[in-house]
Amino acid sequence: MNLLLLSLGILLASGLAALLLGRRGRDPSWLAAAGVVAGAVLGCIPAFRVVLGGTVTSLRLNWAVPYGEFHVELDALSAWFLIPILVLSAVAAVYGTEYLAKWRNQKSLGPSWFFFNMLVTSMALVVLARNAVLFLVAWEVMALASFFLVTFEDEREDVREAGWFYLVAAHLGTAFLLAFFLIAARETGSTDFNQWATAGTWAPGTAGLLFVLAVIGFGTKAGFMPFHVWLPEAHPAAPSHVSAVMSGVMIKTGIYGLFRALTFLGPPPIWWGWVLIGLGLSSGILGVLFALAQHDLKRLLAYHSVENIGIIALGMGMGLVGINAHAPTLVLLGFGGALLHVVNHALFKGLLFLGTGSVLHGAGTREIDHLGGLLKRMPWTGVTFLAGAVAISGLPPLNGFVSELLIFLGAYEGITGPDVTAAVAGLAAMGGLALIGGLAAACFTKAFGIVFLGEPRSEHAAQAHESGAAMRWPMVFLAAACAGIGLFAPAVVRGLTPVLAQLAGGSPAFAPSALTAASHVLSQVVIATLCLGALILLLALLRRWLLSGRSVTTAVTWDCGYAQPTARMQYTASSFAQPLTRLFHGVLRTHERVNKPQGLFPPGASVATDTPDFSHGNLYRPAFLKLNWALSKFRWLQHGKVQLYVLYIALTLLLLLVWKLR
Amino acid sequence: MKAAALLPPLFAFLLSPLLLGVINRTKAAFAGRNGQPLLQSYYDLWKLLHKGAVYSRTTSWVFRAGPLVGLAAVMVATMLVPLGDLPALVAFPGDLVLFAYLLGLMRFFTVIAALDTGSSFEGMGASREVLFSALAEPALLIALAAVARRAGSYSLTDIGARLSTESWLQIAPVLALVGVALVVVMLAENARIPVDDPNTHLELTMIHEVMVLDHSGPDFAYILYGAALKLWLLGALVLSVLVPSSGGNLWLNLAMALGGMFGLALGVGIVESVMARLRLLVVPQLLVGAGALATVAMILVLR
Repeated sequence: MNLLLLSLGILLASGLAALLLGRRGRDPSWLAAAGVVAGAVLGCIPAFRVVLGGTVTSLRLNWAVPYGEFHVELDALSAWFLIPILVLSAVAAVYGTEYLAKWRNQKSLGPSWFFFNMLVTSMALVVLARNAVLFLVAWEVMALASFFLVTFEDEREDVREAGWFYLVAAHLGTAFLLAFFLIAARETGSTDFNQWATAGTWAPGTAGLLFVLAVIGFGTKAGFMPFHVWLPEAHPAAPSHVSAVMSGVMIKTGIYGLFRALTFLGPPPIWWGWVLIGLGLSSGILGVLFALAQHDLKRLLAYHSVENIGIIALGMGMGLVGINAHAPTLVLLGFGGALLHVVNHALFKGLLFLGTGSVLHGAGTREIDHLGGLLKRMPWTGVTFLAGAVAISGLPPLNGFVSELLIFLGAYEGITGPDVTAAVAGLAAMGGLALIGGLAAACFTKAFGIVFLGEPRSEHAAQAHESGAAMRWPMVFLAAACAGIGLFAPAVVRGLTPVLAQLAGGSPAFAPSALTAASHVLSQVVIATLCLGALILLLALLRRWLLSGRSVTTAVTWDCGYAQPTARMQYTASSFAQPLTRLFHGVLRTHERVNKPQGLFPPGASVATDTPDFSHGNLYRPAFLKLNWALSKFRWLQHGKVQLYVLYIALTLLLLLVWKLR
Repeated sequence: MKAAALLPPLFAFLLSPLLLGVINRTKAAFAGRNGQPLLQSYYDLWKLLHKGAVYSRTTSWVFRAGPLVGLAAVMVATMLVPLGDLPALVAFPGDLVLFAYLLGLMRFFTVIAALDTGSSFEGMGASREVLFSALAEPALLIALAAVARRAGSYSLTDIGARLSTESWLQIAPVLALVGVALVVVMLAENARIPVDDPNTHLELTMIHEVMVLDHSGPDFAYILYGAALKLWLLGALVLSVLVPSSGGNLWLNLAMALGGMFGLALGVGIVESVMARLRLLVVPQLLVGAGALATVAMILVLR
């Protein structure tokens, strides 16, 4: 616990120092980033100790806030989320030192680093807090710090608008959480999580209500469809290292909150599982469909976060159904897959956002259709982005496959088991996951293929340059971590035992043997991976041997005899995705503006597509317009005259006085 | 036991190009031609392996890695698939997921190798390939789930071994539905009619063939061989569901399995002779239909 406090202290202190030192023209980046790295290393030591089965440590300090207590505790669940938070933040901070450098002379970087370090600290505190008030304070600091990070380029109107959007969404979510904590505190007479966990029984209605509030409140942060609307706005606006942290780990605090809530809401009824499976299917499938239709690389990645949150929700839902169906394997594999996917998604999504930042840095645009051929110009970014793309598509041998395989195993376990409910849940999760996997592969062949392969589609792309070492190595590190989890999957899965014991240990449906079985399966997968590597090597050697001494020439790409091929004739992201957006037009509602060639000598033709967010346009926008209209009725109260406002205050006080004396 | 487990991959490696020969001869017979020699695919592979290569100036290492990863992935997948009653070399619960995702890895690299050429033809093929396979994947996994529930195991070998003649007597509708779904998936994944026509040489209408237009020499040999293996594997999968396991005798099993494989090739040849390729816009309906049939089979099994 001491190390952990020291770590948080360093994070805060280095952030403050960066704020004080970082005036215009001076670059506090190294100081702040060094603080984050040091804090992460120190914080990871106790976290790893707990994840590997060490004792739970806690600390209680008195706090002058009513109902508040500075109660933090590092148990296996907290540690499981704390590790990716610290690791990804440290990597992103190193990356940020170079990424922010081009603004060095335009604006002062101090505040940005201060808020970055605040964000990391508050995320750590969110997963450590055991008191409702402390939790909410940390939650709010997290929202505010990330708001200021999103609006880093506040001279751009679109960024300001995205920031505003994010702030409203975050606070709407927090409102539900506030209700959640108030009701829980009133029912138990305490604001301490541990007391709630031991309180035992809730009235059935209350537990259900609390669950719904938690799903909406935490789900808004996590990005469940349809509460996801802020993600595709905020992620593209933020600087890339911030997007990486927000998408990789900040949204996972929502998942953490949901897991934590499950630890004290008592035995879950089965409909909780169905709710999560339903949300998982909608988030997963719609998330990847909307991602396919995007042209902006960062928006595409933001929708993929929605998709991956959906996969996590599928795993959680399957676990909850498993608890009800008394199918311990289902519980372990569902929860285990969800937890592992939290870490995996942090790694590969962090990697992909950093890669996108590198593209933005080197080629100056995130428009997929303006890029192309970057692999030759940015080899490091290209290779690491490819690793991230393979991982996020859930393909072997990287880490995405491992967590998806756990959920698949759980699903098949349910399908082949005796319980029909579990079989239906397994069928839903499995079918959804298979569709999501195929569509994700479609989306990332598009993203990688159009951006990095072929010929450059614009002058920017043709003149792109590779990023420097401080941006390259974080990407290499994350790519290596993706491969590492893939290669050491059996050990990683066994490492899930303590946290799963904490989540499901109380219920009779806990049998660690399922994890052993899963790690046996994974060791077979690892053997297959090694065979795959060896075969690739053999085939490459064979080809080299066959080609030695024969003519190997280069020519233009086969062009059907057309004499003047240009880069503009290549397939674009829009044309690649067009059959899919056509097929799913019912949900995507892609707008196409087509200017067809006409006449014998057509002067010019164009096509533009645009896929606005469905729930943004059809759900939230009308609702907020109605709200605005309703509230505008009260505008007569506000005249801008101070005297009248003083009168309002006086009247209010008088009314309160009368009410009190009554 | 162990020696018998070596047979499925061995047969796959040796005989898979012959399937293409059988299909082509069937089509020739329907068209009243003599047709190419049965062993033509082997001659083609041999010829390609002895040629030089031409690479496009646009391409990078991804283009050269595509055929390597593709063939290696499908070769690893070969280890997981049983042949009739002969068990696979490696069998474990969940191997069917690994199988599906290894094919996914093969597809991923074929697609990005196609995009690496910068050719709009190959982009077109790639775009269609990812769409159709995204729809075929749920159909494949749900169909396998239905028979997995019946078999009480989710390993390909167990599923094949536990579906006996008795299962056909009890749940014939389920097995028939699963069989239809798997056949559709097999035809789609292997770019056969009615989804894709391997014979057409009009780039605008092709899917798989158009993606590999720019590969030549040994690279193209790898791709052709990988495609033949994939056809063999998905055929073996269909077979393991459709042909009930017969029990002990190794030679009988072997004869049934090989007979089944070439019977299947004959069937594919007949389908290609009597059907036209579907319009591209109709193909998703076919695949979603296959998924729906598989789901119906699953629901029937759930009772």
